[in-house]
Amino acid sequence: MNLASLIEALRLLVIWDRELAAITFNSLHFAIASTLIAALIGTPIGVVFAFREFRAKRTVVAATHTLMGLPTVVVGLLVFSLLSRSGPLGGLGLMFTPTAVIIGQAVLALPIVVSLVYGGLARLDPELAETLQTLGATRLQRTVKIVREGRIAVVSAILTAFGRVVGEVGTAMMLGGNVRWYTRTITTAIALETQKGAFALSVALGIVLMTVAFGVNFGLNYLVRFRPGNRAI
Amino acid sequence: MIAKTSMAMTSLLVATLAFSIVPLFAAGRTQRANATRLVLATTTSTENSGLLAELLPPFEARHNAVVDVIAVGTGQALQIGRSGDADVLMVHAPQLERAFVADGYGIKRVYFMYNDFVLLGPAEDPAGVGGTAEVSEAFARIAQARAEFISRGDNSGTHVKEREIWDLAAVDTTGVWYREVGQGMGAVITLANERRAYTLADRGTYLSYIGGVEIGVLYEGDALLFNPYGIIAVNPERHPHVKLELGQALIEHVTSPLGRELIAGYRVGGEQLFFPDND
Repeated sequence: MNLASLIEALRLLVIWDRELAAITFNSLHFAIASTLIAALIGTPIGVVFAFREFRAKRTVVAATHTLMGLPTVVVGLLVFSLLSRSGPLGGLGLMFTPTAVIIGQAVLALPIVVSLVYGGLARLDPELAETLQTLGATRLQRTVKIVREGRIAVVSAILTAFGRVVGEVGTAMMLGGNVRWYTRTITTAIALETQKGAFALSVALGIVLMTVAFGVNFGLNYLVRFRPGNRAI
Repeated sequence: MIAKTSMAMTSLLVATLAFSIVPLFAAGRTQRANATRLVLATTTSTENSGLLAELLPPFEARHNAVVDVIAVGTGQALQIGRSGDADVLMVHAPQLERAFVADGYGIKRVYFMYNDFVLLGPAEDPAGVGGTAEVSEAFARIAQARAEFISRGDNSGTHVKEREIWDLAAVDTTGVWYREVGQGMGAVITLANERRAYTLADRGTYLSYIGGVEIGVLYEGDALLFNPYGIIAVNPERHPHVKLELGQALIEHVTSPLGRELIAGYRVGGEQLFFPDND
């Protein structure tokens, strides 16, 4: 690393180098797709956790909370063993494709969405669900209304999950294989390309990743702190 | 209000589906229409040295294919082949390769190029390997001096070769001076350079790193350090889904006059990194 690499990095950013763009696109694409999948599956589960009683709820909630810190390489290993040609889903031929990375990152993001949606909604008026039921709302209508009431909690859960997956390297590396133009992401490129002496590209990618991370965090802050009438958090 | 929210939910669903499908049409890449993907699991040296970036494009253009390069150590590449997650392997550990073919996972091992291994270390050469006659003696001196040695430690072709030399030197490598880092060739050269330590490297990768490192070749030339590269198509009898025809075409390409010319012509800083097999 030296001044020349830094200048070259800035040059790559200014001209928006084709490879830099492709890698950034991959990263954002995998993270957005996996976060959306996790949001679609995780939000209803979080609502159920917040407003319904069921057996062993405390244990399930605690387990979900623990899974928020799921090590990325463990998820990589798990999904790898499922998707490999020698695994149960091998017939799909998904190893080392973008889909494999998206699946892995969705698994990573899911407990975060569930846990944070639950945490946010649990603070809403517990009678909300009952009231809605009394008013004759269907289950879907109740869920939609609850999510609307606690939308800031839901959005910040999703943004937090996005922040986690966009910066992770374990599953992206193990499931995507860092294939150039195909599954190479900002994090796998920084991890592996730095070794090859491609410092300039790594620095430029690092700047992009930091910008994304800051953007998401500022967005979160804005939502949580400066929204008037914010009841959810 | 609920209708509005449902619409938001529907758009979310549509967005999710769209983003999940987009990988097929990923923008910003040189994707050929209807190109066939071929997965090549390869040793890190061919990728890190930049050779594949020269060798593969003509093949891709001619066969309307995209080669997905998974750059890992030879041991892991063979494992990926065993699981059926790659179509072709490019590796450099002859014994492991023969076992792979003998077990029925590969069709045939085709030897197509070579270079050699070199022992890298700091110019001060604290273990005094410079004047040794044989590579095993050089290794024995490193152990004797308990000078820091960085080992790939990843069952790669280079690691297998390194273990072979330690065995020949009859040296026990347990000790803090011997560090197995489990990383690719490029990372290990970088690490050894930072630590001013010794390491065994393939010449190709070393030459492509030469500008950035201060450790250099302290020992070379022993016949034991010959480094042949093989290319193997994964056997469809084991894994029926592998793209045998395209895989065979890649093997033909790297052994063709054009392939040999590209290998021989690939230079970094004026130095030739790999030599096509000249049988």
